[in-house]
Amino acid sequence: MKPALWQTAGFYALVAIIVLQAIFPFYYAILTSLEDGQALFEVNYLPKALNFANYQAMLSGGVFGKQILNSVFVASVVVILSLFLAITAAFALSRIHFRGRGLLLLTVLSVSMFPQIAVLSGLFEVIRYFGLFNSLWSLVFSYMIFTLPFTVWVLTTFMRNLPVEIEEAAIMDGASSFTIIRRVFLPLMWPAMVTTGLLAFIHAWNEFLFALTFLSTDSQRTVPVAIALISGRSEFEIPWGNIMAASVIVTLPLVALVLVFQRKIVSGLTAGAVKG
Amino acid sequence: MAKTEQRSRLSRSRTRSAWLFLAPMLVMLLIVAAWPLGRTIWFSFTDASLDLMSEARWVGFRNYLEYVDFGDGEGQYYGLLADPRWWRSVWNTILFAAVSVSFETVFGLIIALVLNQQFRGRAFVRAAVLIPWAIPTIVSAKMWAWMLHDQFGIINDMFMALGMISEPIAWTASPETAMVAVMMVDIWKTTPFMALLILAGLQMVPGDIYEAAKLDGVPAWRVFRRLTLPLIMPAVLVAVVFRALDALRVFDIVYVLTPNTDATRTMSVYARENLFDFDQFAYGSAASTLLFVVIALITITFIMATRMDLEGKRS
Amino acid sequence: MATVELINVSKSYGNVEVLRDINLSLQKGEFVVFVGPSGCGKSTLLRMIAGLEDISGGDLLIDGKPMNDEMPAKRGIAMVFQSYALYPHMTVFENMSFGLEQAKLDKDEIKARVEKAAEMLQIEGLLDRKPKQLSGGQRQRVAIGRAITRDPRVFLFDEPLSNLDAALRVDTRLEIAGLSQRLPDTTMIYVTHDQVEAMTLADRIVVLNGGVVEQVGTPMELYERPASQFVAGFIGSPRMNFLNGAVAQAHGAECYGIRPEHIALDHENGDWRGRVILTERLGSDTFVHVNVEGIGTVNVRIEGRAEVQAGEAVHLTPDPASIHLFDARGQPVSG
Repeated sequence: MKPALWQTAGFYALVAIIVLQAIFPFYYAILTSLEDGQALFEVNYLPKALNFANYQAMLSGGVFGKQILNSVFVASVVVILSLFLAITAAFALSRIHFRGRGLLLLTVLSVSMFPQIAVLSGLFEVIRYFGLFNSLWSLVFSYMIFTLPFTVWVLTTFMRNLPVEIEEAAIMDGASSFTIIRRVFLPLMWPAMVTTGLLAFIHAWNEFLFALTFLSTDSQRTVPVAIALISGRSEFEIPWGNIMAASVIVTLPLVALVLVFQRKIVSGLTAGAVKG
Repeated sequence: MAKTEQRSRLSRSRTRSAWLFLAPMLVMLLIVAAWPLGRTIWFSFTDASLDLMSEARWVGFRNYLEYVDFGDGEGQYYGLLADPRWWRSVWNTILFAAVSVSFETVFGLIIALVLNQQFRGRAFVRAAVLIPWAIPTIVSAKMWAWMLHDQFGIINDMFMALGMISEPIAWTASPETAMVAVMMVDIWKTTPFMALLILAGLQMVPGDIYEAAKLDGVPAWRVFRRLTLPLIMPAVLVAVVFRALDALRVFDIVYVLTPNTDATRTMSVYARENLFDFDQFAYGSAASTLLFVVIALITITFIMATRMDLEGKRS
Repeated sequence: MATVELINVSKSYGNVEVLRDINLSLQKGEFVVFVGPSGCGKSTLLRMIAGLEDISGGDLLIDGKPMNDEMPAKRGIAMVFQSYALYPHMTVFENMSFGLEQAKLDKDEIKARVEKAAEMLQIEGLLDRKPKQLSGGQRQRVAIGRAITRDPRVFLFDEPLSNLDAALRVDTRLEIAGLSQRLPDTTMIYVTHDQVEAMTLADRIVVLNGGVVEQVGTPMELYERPASQFVAGFIGSPRMNFLNGAVAQAHGAECYGIRPEHIALDHENGDWRGRVILTERLGSDTFVHVNVEGIGTVNVRIEGRAEVQAGEAVHLTPDPASIHLFDARGQPVSG
């Protein structure tokens, strides 16, 4: 039974709407970022100008470049640290039977449900206690609260599905638990590591509340806070062109990552939830 | 009675290494989650202020509710539970979560159904759909703030061109539309997440039941309602709960898109304002604690209701 | 001297006892097969010897030394797994050398050992390949090779042929038999549910059922003098005929057992009279199913071709020397 013409047309119209709504705001941000001066205040649907003045303004100012580096640093260290802590934990949670394992996993998972605001005041105290206020390490540290449970959960699920006999063969070969992780499991875990690493990176890159609270000077800020705080001399002079240029700069790497690793990201996002 | 099991060196060493392997993660979570949470709750029962945290003294439930007797038979309730601004933020949060998640579910379902079809360019469409999810919330908020700009915004331009409105609307500034604007951005940004989770559920539905239905001549709408929907319901439910928990703690969008307005202030925003802007650290902690309790109750109910398979025994 | 000794060994999970009172003594160089239906505990027993399962009670000795509490790698054993369990990301060489590396042997020694094992198994040409580039039979050889390089005193096989197709299974069985001849000092323990594998490979067979040892003996002892009705039925193909009722009672037993190959078929004379229901022709043998009056269905094995048709009347004569009698509990009755 072939669908009628109007059905096909309707379907593709729907597809067109879905694609358009998804990409239009980003497209419009790029378009705006390439306009300057008076052009900014005329509504255009198609690109008219190709003016990089906004980008120049953002990148030559100095501090925004530093802020991008801050974000790169924080997100990268968060990924490395959470993967490192999670992989050994996931081994224990998926491979070794011990009392209280289910409860422990439940506890770890429930941490990912914590509203960030609920730990904010306590965490603020901890960070001041360790002298990390206004240091990028305060973010590395505090981002563990959401990247770690998620990473542990996904890696545990993945490791559970690796064949038991391979591990037993390694035990018979005299490998210690640590050697089994490093030499046998780690090489088999790359797909899951890439997925969780990517998601942790994106999450850390986008985080706002902690970054807003624990950093106080401009040169220490990460990009989301930087963009949120860009302002003009008055409410009527908000530099929209600059804001859009900055937005495009911080978003492009993410969009690229998403397009390249689309499948891995989708599998990672759904691994935690649907199979639960 | 069961014999106490004689445990070998291997299993003892494995149990030992299990705790060794778990220790770094557990210590980390203790420092960044458990301890701060405990301190937040503690602060909510004290008179702590931002600069004098260590000298905080126990004040009982005063931050939550206190009746102050004026002595002449008159009196008044003070505290969080007597603060109309707090209740307004609770209402805002619930309204935001309910409306946003409902729309996200419906739109997510539609997109998932489309992506579940075989058609040319499907990979491209799926990639495009993911873009809003990848854009940082702050950036989305700024992008939409510009698009919703009362004078130069493209949305007003579009709506006027289509004849839907006669004069520009100050979306983010006017109290009537501020919440609509916030919801709009959130729905745009998080629908992809919903769609992906539902799509994963759809893809687990075995294809042969559709074939069987086709052979029986069941119309498409009935197939969807009687077969597809019940089968993907668990996946949809999980997605809804995940999103709802997320929506209840919304902060970024509101803070950036519509700062300082009663119309959109949510529980998280209210709590942070008190903590760091109004120097009411203990009071803000109380608000944080209440939000935590609400979310914890929902989470526990959900886990109990679905009896989540934590040990991986099923599958 | 015994290499492997099990004294009153038991295993329980919580309140469920899966193995009890296992007493076995395996001689150096012996090829011993654990056989039994699935769930009988044979794999658990093997894994306890390997050290992958805790021993709940009793003692395990290897070369006279208690091993209950020893790490698997320190027991002088090697194991071939059902799924081969090769490390998928390592080459054949790395698979075979991984254990030696863990034992901190020096490089030249490792190389020499791997090459020797590879030569023995004729897989020298595969050393640089990854497991997924190998056929099932080749993977099996690598798994065996990995075990050989460790130069174990005891070699454990956990149903190693069950993942191979029928033709390859026979070849590999022969190879394993050859391997045990080339390693005369190595004790082999082999777990299977297939009694043909057990009969063809074993010096001695241990029949397990429901967590206890039913009988230990050479294949011929088990075939000729089964210690229980279970063993009698489990060993031998096709299965022994078990007849209840008058025939058994006439011998003072509950059950009368006779193997199909111990019954003579004749057209004119015989002890029993019956009618052929079905004949199965295998070429080398013919199985004739006969409905015997007053007794029931009896399977008769005849070498070569048998000119009988379904419906034909025939006479059967059991060989009196090959009758097995059992009481109500399945224990043999001396008759």
